[in-house]
Amino acid sequence: MTLDRKVGLLAGLRYKGGGPMLAWILHRITGLGMIVFIALHVIASLLGGDIGIAINTVYQSLYFQLFVVFGIIFHGVNGLRIIVLDLWPKFIEYQRESTWLEWFIILPVYGLTAFVMISRFLAGE
Amino acid sequence: MQSRKVPQPGWNLEYTMWMFTRLSGLALPVLGLIGITAALVMGARTQMDLGTLMRWTFFPNVSHVTSSNIPDYVPWGGAFWQIMQIMIAFFGFTHGFNGLRVVAEDYTNPGFWQVFWRGIIFLVWLFSLLAVIFVIINS
Repeated sequence: MTLDRKVGLLAGLRYKGGGPMLAWILHRITGLGMIVFIALHVIASLLGGDIGIAINTVYQSLYFQLFVVFGIIFHGVNGLRIIVLDLWPKFIEYQRESTWLEWFIILPVYGLTAFVMISRFLAGE
Repeated sequence: MQSRKVPQPGWNLEYTMWMFTRLSGLALPVLGLIGITAALVMGARTQMDLGTLMRWTFFPNVSHVTSSNIPDYVPWGGAFWQIMQIMIAFFGFTHGFNGLRVVAEDYTNPGFWQVFWRGIIFLVWLFSLLAVIFVIINS
């Protein structure tokens, strides 16, 4: 007995949820990304051989790691935001502002990490 | 439009997992910080590439951190770090596969396919957990 919403993809894309909706959808994507990443990493380690080496080579590339780092930092900070809103429900009134606040935390942390990674990559380490 | 069936209040699966998701979400960064702090104390100061950092943070296993420059790996094989690894693996896998269940149940209706996916995700969760504990105990 689910809700019979009948919302198509186009109607869903037109929905203007703003910051909280972006946070929700990115939380979902980054969470699924991490589960696939860790599952593939465990399978690669168990398999070994050519397939395992191929998967772990992808994991060690800079471009892939830039996505992984963003996923981990975003999922972590956004998860802490959700925990704060759940523990103090009065703050839900300010959930739009809370998504701005979380980007003020995520962007410097991710920017610094990405800067270190890229500069070390360019230095050939 | 029919309203959604709300389970009885109390410790049902949804409430338990809702609570578990928040508690494990708080526990994982704390456990990760303990791992990376210990790695720094044990002498891992240079050559901090991202893979090494993540290995120390999320799975500080004695055979998993050997590609880093820690001079002495022996402490990582102790009971404390084995318990830490099992806790991180348990919290991480349960948090993650429960999240996968929540996403899957958002896109399926109650009935056969929801039970089917719940069963598949439960089996993958159980297999992953047993595989990780096997790796921890045998390394």
